[in-house]
Amino acid sequence: MSLAIELMGIEKNYPGVVANHDVDITIEKGNIHAIIGENGAGKSTLMKILYGMVKPDSGTISIFESPVTIKSPQDAIGLGIGMVHQHFMLADNATVLENIVLGSEPMKAKVVVDYAKARENLENIIKTYGLDINPDDLVADLGVGFRQRVEIAKVLFRGAKILILDEPTAVLVPQEVDELFKNLKVLTANGLTIIFISHKLDEVMAIADSISVMRRGTTVAELVPSKTNKKELAEYMIGGELPAPRPATTKPREEKVLVVKDASLNDRTGREFLHSINLEIHAGEILGLAGVEGNGQDELIEMIMGLEKPSSGSVHTVGLDTNVSSLREIRDHGVGYIPQDRQRDGLLMAAPLWENRILGHQETKPMSNGLWIDKGAAKKDSERIIEEFDVRTPSNNVMASALSGGNQQKFIVGREMSGDPKMLIAAQPTRGVDVGAQAIIWDHIIEARLNGTGVLLVSADLDELFKLSDRIAVIFRGTIVDYLDPRTTTPEQLGLAMTGEKIA
Amino acid sequence: MKKLNKLFWALAAPVAAILFTLIFVSIILLFKGANPLSTFQLIATYGSQSDNIVAELNQTVAYYLAGVAAAIGFKMLLFNIGIDGQYRLAIFMAAVVGGATHLPSYLEVPLIILTGMVVGALWASISGYLKVKRNISEVISNIMLNTIASGLIIYLLQPSRLGLKGKSSDNLSTPLIPSSGSLPTFHIFGGELYSFGLVAIAVGILYWIVLNKSVFGFNLRATGMSFRAARASGVNAPRMVFITMALSGGIAGLTGMGELLCNTHTYSLAFPTGYALTGLALALLGRSNPIGIAIAAFFWSFLEQAAPALDLEGVPKEIVMMMQGTIILATVTAYEVVKRITRRQQQRLVGAADAPRVEVGQKGDK
Amino acid sequence: MSTLKGNRLWKIITSPSRMMLTVAAIIILISLIRQFTGVDDITSPGATGATIRFTIPILMAGLGGLWAERSGVINIGLEGMMILGTWFGAWFGFLYGPWVGIFAGAVGGAIAGLLHAFLTVRVGIDQAVSGLAINLLGAGTARFLSGVFFIGKGGDVNISPQVSSTGSFTVPGLSPLLTTLAHKHILVISDIAGVSAGLVTKINWASLVMFLALPITAWILWKTRFGLRMRFCGENPVAAESLGVNVYRTRFIAMAVSGALAGLGGAYISIVSTGNYLEGQTAGRGYIGLAAVIFGNWTPVGVLGGSVLFGLTDALRVRQSTSVHALLLVVIVLAGVYGLTKLRKKDWKGFITGILIAVLVLAYYMINKTVPDEFVTFFPNLTTILVLAFLSQRLRPPAMAGAPYRKGEEG
Repeated sequence: MSLAIELMGIEKNYPGVVANHDVDITIEKGNIHAIIGENGAGKSTLMKILYGMVKPDSGTISIFESPVTIKSPQDAIGLGIGMVHQHFMLADNATVLENIVLGSEPMKAKVVVDYAKARENLENIIKTYGLDINPDDLVADLGVGFRQRVEIAKVLFRGAKILILDEPTAVLVPQEVDELFKNLKVLTANGLTIIFISHKLDEVMAIADSISVMRRGTTVAELVPSKTNKKELAEYMIGGELPAPRPATTKPREEKVLVVKDASLNDRTGREFLHSINLEIHAGEILGLAGVEGNGQDELIEMIMGLEKPSSGSVHTVGLDTNVSSLREIRDHGVGYIPQDRQRDGLLMAAPLWENRILGHQETKPMSNGLWIDKGAAKKDSERIIEEFDVRTPSNNVMASALSGGNQQKFIVGREMSGDPKMLIAAQPTRGVDVGAQAIIWDHIIEARLNGTGVLLVSADLDELFKLSDRIAVIFRGTIVDYLDPRTTTPEQLGLAMTGEKIA
Repeated sequence: MKKLNKLFWALAAPVAAILFTLIFVSIILLFKGANPLSTFQLIATYGSQSDNIVAELNQTVAYYLAGVAAAIGFKMLLFNIGIDGQYRLAIFMAAVVGGATHLPSYLEVPLIILTGMVVGALWASISGYLKVKRNISEVISNIMLNTIASGLIIYLLQPSRLGLKGKSSDNLSTPLIPSSGSLPTFHIFGGELYSFGLVAIAVGILYWIVLNKSVFGFNLRATGMSFRAARASGVNAPRMVFITMALSGGIAGLTGMGELLCNTHTYSLAFPTGYALTGLALALLGRSNPIGIAIAAFFWSFLEQAAPALDLEGVPKEIVMMMQGTIILATVTAYEVVKRITRRQQQRLVGAADAPRVEVGQKGDK
Repeated sequence: MSTLKGNRLWKIITSPSRMMLTVAAIIILISLIRQFTGVDDITSPGATGATIRFTIPILMAGLGGLWAERSGVINIGLEGMMILGTWFGAWFGFLYGPWVGIFAGAVGGAIAGLLHAFLTVRVGIDQAVSGLAINLLGAGTARFLSGVFFIGKGGDVNISPQVSSTGSFTVPGLSPLLTTLAHKHILVISDIAGVSAGLVTKINWASLVMFLALPITAWILWKTRFGLRMRFCGENPVAAESLGVNVYRTRFIAMAVSGALAGLGGAYISIVSTGNYLEGQTAGRGYIGLAAVIFGNWTPVGVLGGSVLFGLTDALRVRQSTSVHALLLVVIVLAGVYGLTKLRKKDWKGFITGILIAVLVLAYYMINKTVPDEFVTFFPNLTTILVLAFLSQRLRPPAMAGAPYRKGEEG
């Protein structure tokens, strides 16, 4: 068997972060090789290195058994490596054919695109690999599965022999996943090699010929599906380590800060995002919401905050019916919100920190009297946050955009916890922050809980869920499939539950 | 020291822009065979003649209000090119209402002013509605609405409808507003200074206070800076966009009110067009700051007032229009450059604040 | 779902066979209206000729806007570029003859186009700010230059000396035949003959040459590599750059062409329409060009449709205002048909809107004998607002037109 890719000792450091360390991977030609790992395990950095978007600090890359250096995506394409991005790079207002030929147009008479030839080439690819796409369709009319096939065809059109698929199933419904897998099988049958990046164990077991597991920037295991199982994979992914000792627990109080009863949420076309959700959070309790991203977490948060009204059922947040109360009223009633996308949803990037302190509290004391802003109070309290949460900034006059991600996040957490909210919604509160910031944020969430705040902790980080949660709810395909007790559940069991499997 | 640095960078852009413009215009003047220095001197002396000063101040008031109207839009990233249509329709309707009513002065004047503001706001809210509900660029809709407003006014100004035939046959105007509906003027420097200027000053102060001190202003600015963050913080962001557009139109409705209440007492087609462009330019030059806009507005009307003097010297007065266009482009460009420089400066400062403590406190911690 | 349907509809409308049917239906409708109202000027050769003269400048501005927006830059500065076109066209036309003038007009517009590209693409300032400043600059420059050059040469500060004509042609044989036929007032046949006669009688050579910009634009946009890449710069510059397209350079070229086209439109106005430069003679046609782009759904043929519609109303207004009044019947029929199609889909709001418009316009038609001139002047603008308000889901503007794009920064 000949090798398609051989990576040896790949290392990549960013200031303060080790993104990749000692990564070794070998992939045989014609195989589907899965690379799995949690978010932040270094998968995407590795792929960027392979695709020439990032330069490794050290290590060697061999493609088809000859060592290479890849300086740019153009180099990678030249070597026969193609990338299918998670976020499609397509123009809606153009046909499939146009999207595919762009950048490597066959020409006639120097200036005119030879669409006939392009079409012939594309038809060949479609026929050879059994891709169900029509060159003349407008991309705007296509569903997600079709768009993905267009992206794959785009890569094949450029003569790729190795395909990197970055989380290809993240945006697909199950039927589309089946279709994709069929396509991938045909591709490998024709001698192509595929790197399949995922964190969905089911899918990896179903499709991969071999599997590399990454954790904390390095490859920890190389396995074959027939000789392993999901439990073992989950163990490798999460690491054998036990969660740290839990802080002294206090009993959650009687009062409920959140009551979601049988709530469903449909979009305008009637597609169901959330199905019959039941959820309660008591004051002084941290409820962890575990789940693979895109299983309805974002929609659930929007519904709880009152941004989306439930299509059926009811939601009472801090005692207010979201069907009646506005987001403003709900927030002013004592709801803190740490959004997942902090730069877009959590900050005014072009405003100084002290103004950002006001955001979300602009109509309540002490930031205002409902009519006028109290600048002095805002400045004073932002100083407090900077101090208490160790936000590294020369002053509270600095624009939010100038701070590093971790410091921005600490500031947001500090802001959302001020005024002792009755409820805190924390979406991925420590994603992308350094270890020091993570510890500070965790400490404060635990402290808030002791003070009687009810916390909804939405996280993809199992470690975080185990360390903080009193209970863990598992969301899968828009519905809560299980409740787990972190004291008696193992990370592996949780991992399995997240893939939709009931734990006996 | 830090304050000084801040001031330096705040002034760097407009100063650089004006310098660039002077150089650019000088080159044109040299090419035309005129002496740039004496030309600039001529502009300066003619513009500061006492009777011209009053005319400049009166013009400044109108420009200033257009500038504030534009600045309100800017806070929401709205480009209110519709100020032209809004203002003319507003003044026209205000004149019609004023001409048709005979109330005591303390009611008549507020009624006229209010009519102007409401009409301006309503006309602007068409584009606000299209923006919020249909996601249509306010630039396009307002350009179209400007022309529609012109047509409507001419239509309604016909003697058979709301207008009267003026002294000369082709000049149509609205019925004269009774004297109870006029504001006094001050005799200064041998000119008639509009007392309406006081309203403009009040608008400026109110604009600054509401925007910077009030919760409403905070919500407005927050929505302008980040629609999504404002929404997540509890602001009804789409409604805020709509309100801002209407508000901008309402202030636009005050533009030209000084002329109406203190001078003409009637609306005619002599009311000029082009206030939108001027207003936007002034808001850009003055960085949406009320004092900045005021300075820019005076500068603008100074230039225009001084322009006729150039013809006497054989220099075409249209050079002023070119100067204005160049100033806009140069200023915006300079602000863009300064923005990048200051951002880099600040990042360096933050980096400095972050670094040493890492060495001390976070050693060994990755 | 709605976008999908809207798109199908668009495809159907634009497919050649359907287009023929649509055109035929419109001809029959107009013909019937002419017969019914007795307003014969609607389809007379003279009206057609006037329509061509009013259409060409709008078409050129529209195509200019199309080039800019397809590449991702919104060009509010079209008006200023046209003004430069009128001035350069007239002055160089006066000095070296009309054809040199037309070329100079294009160059004048292109320079302003490149300035817009430099400021928005390179420096990264707001596209609306730059465009409006260019309008101011264009008007100021033209005035200034007039003062410098025209005085003493038979012109004045706001008027240039006369430029000689570019000449015109008439297709021999065909023209008199069609004209005769047109005067017979036979239903449909005379109408087609009338319009055709207008298309072959006393056509200015410049009209013909400039009209060629339309097929050339369409060819570049749909057939060439540059056109493909330009479209992607407007749709998804990040994707285009990732596939090796130089977005900056493409936009610079597109903006130069955009300015040149607007300049050509300006030169046409000063050289062909009036024979000399007159201050303010573009009269907002740059903005009407923008409207034509929207009306035409960002396609070359659509831009032609918008330009003809707006040019036609201009021409009829100048010739005979009863014609415009008669055309209200077209509006009534179209609004009624729109309402009825909505009824079939059980879209009550659409149905009521359509019928209401039809009834209101009908009432107006019955009560009044003419349409006031003032309304006719803003007809293109009102149409654009209505198209935007009612058909916005069906419009397909380039997705990233107007959005700032910096190389290396995503989104």
